[in-house]
Amino acid sequence: MAKDKKAAPPGVSRRDFFRGSAVGALSTGLLSSTVAEGAQTAGAQVLGPGPVPVTLQINGKSHRLQLEPRVTLLDALRNHLDLTGSKKVCDRGTCGACTVLMDGKPVYACAVLAIDAQGKRIETIESLGTPEKLHPIQAAFVEHDAQQCGFCTPGFVVASKAFLDRNPRPTRQQIEKGLGGNLCRCGTYAGIRAALLAVKAGKGGGNA
Amino acid sequence: MPEYKWPDANDRDLIGKRISRLDGPVKVTGTAKYAFDINRPGMLFTRTVYCPHAHARITKLDTSEAAKMPGVKAVRIIQNVGTEIQWALDEIVAIAATSEDAAEDAVRAVKVEYEVLPHFVNGEAGEKAPQAKAAQQNVVGDPNGAKAAAAVTSKGYYGIPTISHCCMEAHGQVCEWTDEQHLEAWCTTQSVAGLPAQFAEGTGIPAANVRTHCEYMGGGFGSKFSVDRWGVECAKLAKDAKAPVKWMLEREPELTIAGDRPSAYAEIEVGASQDGTITYWSSKSWGSGGPGGSGSPPMPYVIQPANRRHQHISVPTHMASARAWRAPNHPQACFLTMSAIDDLAAALKMDPLDFFMKNAAITQRAAVYQEELQKGAELIEWKKKWRPRGQNGPGPVKRGLGVSMHTWGGLGHNSNCEVSIFPDGSVEAKLASQDLGTGTRTVIAIVLAETLGLPLNAVKVSIGDSSFPPSGASGGSTTVGGVSASTRRAAQLALEQLLVKVAPDLGVPPEQLEAEKGTIRVKGNPTKSMPWKQAAARVGMTPLTAKGANPGAGKLIDQGVGGIQMAEVSVDTETGIVKMEKMVAVQDCGLIIDLKTAESQCYGALIMGICYALTEEKIIDPVTGRMLNANMEFYKLAGIGDIGELVVHMMTGPEYDKRGVIGLGEPPVISPGAAISNAVANAIGVRVPHLPLTPDRVLAALEKGGMS
Repeated sequence: MAKDKKAAPPGVSRRDFFRGSAVGALSTGLLSSTVAEGAQTAGAQVLGPGPVPVTLQINGKSHRLQLEPRVTLLDALRNHLDLTGSKKVCDRGTCGACTVLMDGKPVYACAVLAIDAQGKRIETIESLGTPEKLHPIQAAFVEHDAQQCGFCTPGFVVASKAFLDRNPRPTRQQIEKGLGGNLCRCGTYAGIRAALLAVKAGKGGGNA
Repeated sequence: MPEYKWPDANDRDLIGKRISRLDGPVKVTGTAKYAFDINRPGMLFTRTVYCPHAHARITKLDTSEAAKMPGVKAVRIIQNVGTEIQWALDEIVAIAATSEDAAEDAVRAVKVEYEVLPHFVNGEAGEKAPQAKAAQQNVVGDPNGAKAAAAVTSKGYYGIPTISHCCMEAHGQVCEWTDEQHLEAWCTTQSVAGLPAQFAEGTGIPAANVRTHCEYMGGGFGSKFSVDRWGVECAKLAKDAKAPVKWMLEREPELTIAGDRPSAYAEIEVGASQDGTITYWSSKSWGSGGPGGSGSPPMPYVIQPANRRHQHISVPTHMASARAWRAPNHPQACFLTMSAIDDLAAALKMDPLDFFMKNAAITQRAAVYQEELQKGAELIEWKKKWRPRGQNGPGPVKRGLGVSMHTWGGLGHNSNCEVSIFPDGSVEAKLASQDLGTGTRTVIAIVLAETLGLPLNAVKVSIGDSSFPPSGASGGSTTVGGVSASTRRAAQLALEQLLVKVAPDLGVPPEQLEAEKGTIRVKGNPTKSMPWKQAAARVGMTPLTAKGANPGAGKLIDQGVGGIQMAEVSVDTETGIVKMEKMVAVQDCGLIIDLKTAESQCYGALIMGICYALTEEKIIDPVTGRMLNANMEFYKLAGIGDIGELVVHMMTGPEYDKRGVIGLGEPPVISPGAAISNAVANAIGVRVPHLPLTPDRVLAALEKGGMS
């Protein structure tokens, strides 16, 4: 899975980390923030620190927001759009509870800046199914009791969708590798494994 | 009055079946709203100034700049100049602002100075620790005589570290004042009915003016019983700011201060007669869970040799206070005890399965343990696979088997339930209980529907609101017994009232009626019946309601279970990496209401156990007193690829059923550490004395044992 594993070192906030890296990214990736500030006076475009217009394509709908450049995609979803299905747990790109699809690829929404998500097709758990009309993956999660407290579950469902889209007939070993980017505390992995194997069986069977 | 008992096995349509949890659909779609997900209009966000030192006194504190920062709406000084701080990341100042980022900017503008004081964080120091508190030695029989008479003795040192609860949903809440005197709070809690009194005490308003909600919660495991200081301060911030305030802990404080299972270490000597009966036990244990030290692990655990002594030493440290962790004190006692007796079996050159089977005789549940050991041995193919310790082939990767056993109480807590039957036929049960992910909501619905003869989708369960009839906190495996008994009684009482109203229509006395298959019908004459909806219309204009309370141990519920677990591992003796091959859990819990969610409790417990056996540990820097791995990258939980094959076998049948409902959350999480440690010892020929069984510890044990 293409996942950003960058975690801020202890004692340095992710905001500082992003502040540095985002400015770097906007200034061809080579300039330090000090040089970037110099470039700003010379007319180069540097965003922030105040709110800037941001347009996000989420679940097929365009949202125009005013966000500080440091706001993550996860905080934009949860705090600005009330899309709270993506959960904030580790907030450092480790646990996968905030997994969303960006142009079809799973990413940790806590490790993506909202401004960097512009122009991408973002799909969250809210786009997959409803309690009344579950996506087959979601139905399999329910049937195989692949959730307990349920807090990691939306991230697992989205990661499973991305995984099965690429590997429609996975073995158990492939499932264990493919979903290795998500963590659960209640211990629902046995149910998740069974759920994904069942979805696969529904697509034509095969041996684990 | 109806007779309160469970329906006979052949009269059960729902109880004991494999039923999917009712809140599955809202959880898998992300529509379930947890406290963390509550967004109220105009809501503010909190960030906190934490003390960076494990032991310090605040000498200067200035929040004036922070208060002026953009977006800041309220600043609360939680601990002021002169206060002595007892652990790292204790809260000093909380700031509510229009965004998390604005609050964090303001946190950075707070000026705090400390006089740093000496700290102590080494819970393993035992008697040598400052302020170590030794409990009285507990002696039974004649340990000295038994030691002298024993055919074989074995002596060892074992340790299990402090771990964190690491709930996926961090601790916290959203607080909103509906007027000057009324507080509403959405909390992630194991005690929705217990929180109003705690909020009231902290804020000075009557408890009757506080309403708490917890419809869904993202894990507690024993760490979420209290309102905590951040709950009370959140309410005060909301009052100061005149706006709703959300305060959820960031992950670093969540791991450092909001979760803490005490460590435990022990020197143990144990002896047996030649036939393998354990006759002698002597242990000294110690451990820490913060300033209050630690509770005493019940040792020796489960097995009660005739001659034994035990002493516990509690070690206070400058770490956040211990919180109850799933089966408090039991995983520690189990790991220490079962490791020591497994080492004794090895000294006797006895198959541990035979050894545990024999010594099940000196437990309180001999027959249950022996039946379970038998079943477990079949499921893991013990007799086919087991080899004597250290004789697991010439290659670098060694396979091994281990076994352990455990016990727990699980008596249902105080619980009240109100059942309403509405004139349109709809039915609702209300309880101020909470579903931690164990399946509480589903269990209530099953009991309600079964009692009224209705399908599951015809009943509504409302929980997670303190305005409903109170139910106990969900801890100690007490919930399923509590809510199933109160719901059964309330539903039986409601039904009894309904039958009185319907009896004239069916022309028989109410005692001759029953609720079955969506009808009220005459017992023994199913053709003489009335559809449920028509019957319910007889209640009149207003709903019929009845209240039921859990009566305690009796026909509906009981306490006391035994379980066994077996682990199969492979250990790479060149890298020290332990890999889970298979685990088997055999567990009894009386009458099972929902087999599917019951099994999930066991699967989850096995996985949680694999985590604390192999990877989990709070690593505390002795120099700074800070937790070094307070993030989810380095506070390691097992992933989906780390668990191997898991087999769960629930003991069922008339003998188990007749005991009634018994709690299940705790027992299966107790044994994994011991079973896995014993399997590793069997595989590599030496004991790795400390959990977690990380590669460095495995390699060190091999080297010390001359095996590398």
